[in-house]
Amino acid sequence: MAAVDDLRFEEFGDTTTSLEANPDATTISIEDPGETPKHKPGPPKGLGREEDDELLGNDDSDKTELLAGQKKSSPFWTFEYYQTFFDVDTYQVFDRIKGSLLPIPGKNFVRLYIRSNPDLYGPFWICATLVFAIAISGNLSNFLIHLGEKTYHYVPEFRKVSIAATIIYAYAWLVPLALWGFLVWRNSKVMNIVSYSFLEIVCVYGYSLFIYIPTAILWIIPQKAVRWVLVTIALGISGSVLAMTFWPAVREDNRRIALATIVTIVLLHMLLSVGCLEEHVLLHPGGVMAQSTCEITGGTKCEQRSLASAWVSTVLLLQKTELLEGVVGTFKTNSISPGM
Amino acid sequence: MAEAVESPGDPETTTSRPLMRDLKAVGKKFMHVLYPRKSNTLLRDWDLWGPLILCVTLALMLQRGSVDSEKDGGPQFAEVFVIVWFGAVTITLNSKLLGGNISFFQSLCVLGYCILPLTMAMLVCRLVLLAEPGPINFMVRLFVVIIMFAWSIVASTAFLADSQPPNRKALAVYPVFLFYFVISWMILTFTPQ
Repeated sequence: MAAVDDLRFEEFGDTTTSLEANPDATTISIEDPGETPKHKPGPPKGLGREEDDELLGNDDSDKTELLAGQKKSSPFWTFEYYQTFFDVDTYQVFDRIKGSLLPIPGKNFVRLYIRSNPDLYGPFWICATLVFAIAISGNLSNFLIHLGEKTYHYVPEFRKVSIAATIIYAYAWLVPLALWGFLVWRNSKVMNIVSYSFLEIVCVYGYSLFIYIPTAILWIIPQKAVRWVLVTIALGISGSVLAMTFWPAVREDNRRIALATIVTIVLLHMLLSVGCLEEHVLLHPGGVMAQSTCEITGGTKCEQRSLASAWVSTVLLLQKTELLEGVVGTFKTNSISPGM
Repeated sequence: MAEAVESPGDPETTTSRPLMRDLKAVGKKFMHVLYPRKSNTLLRDWDLWGPLILCVTLALMLQRGSVDSEKDGGPQFAEVFVIVWFGAVTITLNSKLLGGNISFFQSLCVLGYCILPLTMAMLVCRLVLLAEPGPINFMVRLFVVIIMFAWSIVASTAFLADSQPPNRKALAVYPVFLFYFVISWMILTFTPQ
């Protein structure tokens, strides 16, 4: 920064010479505002600072929020407005995906990775990939089950794609909308230090769905036990990412409401995984077997049987919620202690 | 235009000459897709006739036979059409939003023309399916579809990659990969009634 130093030195020289020339003159030295952030001795960056960041939402995040406000200044009917939502580089997208796969207690996904630059690229294309992954893996597992059977006629079930797309995109957009509305309402009653914008919530939900893509691919394996293990692992990882993201936003509130919010978030996530698994399992291998007998015996029995098995598996998973609440509770104690 | 020199009332020259010219342009672009080099022809003189022909051919070959097999069958003509065009529009919007400097129709043109290898794979698959069904049949089809899928990706990347900012190339190419993967899947899983 030699040029900048030269300028400053010259300014100083000017004031002294002008003071010599005219002692009564008042001199005002105005520092270049661009320099101040560089010369300000920042606090040592590291783990501690990120936790303070998360707890207090201090200057750094205020400044970035101001910058974000400046960034999105185009009116919403121009193309540039929407380009600001796609202002991410390849390595940033990879970092965010990595962050959604490795939830570490105490690290907030939004503060750590999104930092007031929420993007729509990740959520949109992760949902699209997930839709096709579920449809294709369902097709493949069906095919593998019936490999070698001469009487089996393979059909590519195309309707699955539209159903899966509707469910997943509705989940990825409507649930964040409801959650954002709820948080805004609670924010008006209880002053929360940490608050998220709608796009940041959409971003978290979108990236948290990434773990389901490899899970859907591994669902090709026809063993039921393997599938349940896989879906539990996926639910654990993405549920904990969501819980740890939203816990700082609600913990200022009434204890019961905070817990209820987190449990609802995890429960909805669980319903999504159960829904996908049921669609996969019921309407593919086991279901096709049931269907072939049903076509002989009659229509209503098949519906009752499929509904019954759906209900049974939902109840089984609800029992796992109690296990999950305990897990969430331990995360809760972990995230409280560093702050105190 | 040179074609206007002939007498305007003559039906042969008013319809067949421009038609031949357009067909030659489409054929030339097909050659560029089959032997992809970094050239600007596809981008400079874009047209959407080639993509339309390819899309209609693909949709005609992929549609399921009769209305009776409506319960979990293959896609209908309209479904294939919608997937191809909607997918191409989405990818184009995506690359423009990421900051690419390619125009909307140029991108549609490139994506549409690069379906040509997959259309050829569909033709081959239909011919192979006339033979005895079995694992060898499936292996042959799988092999052909994989090769053509890779060819489509290479061709479209050769044309599209330069228009993206360098640190976002992967972000712009991934949707193209997904698009051709879905089309290849539809081709591979096609079974005649």
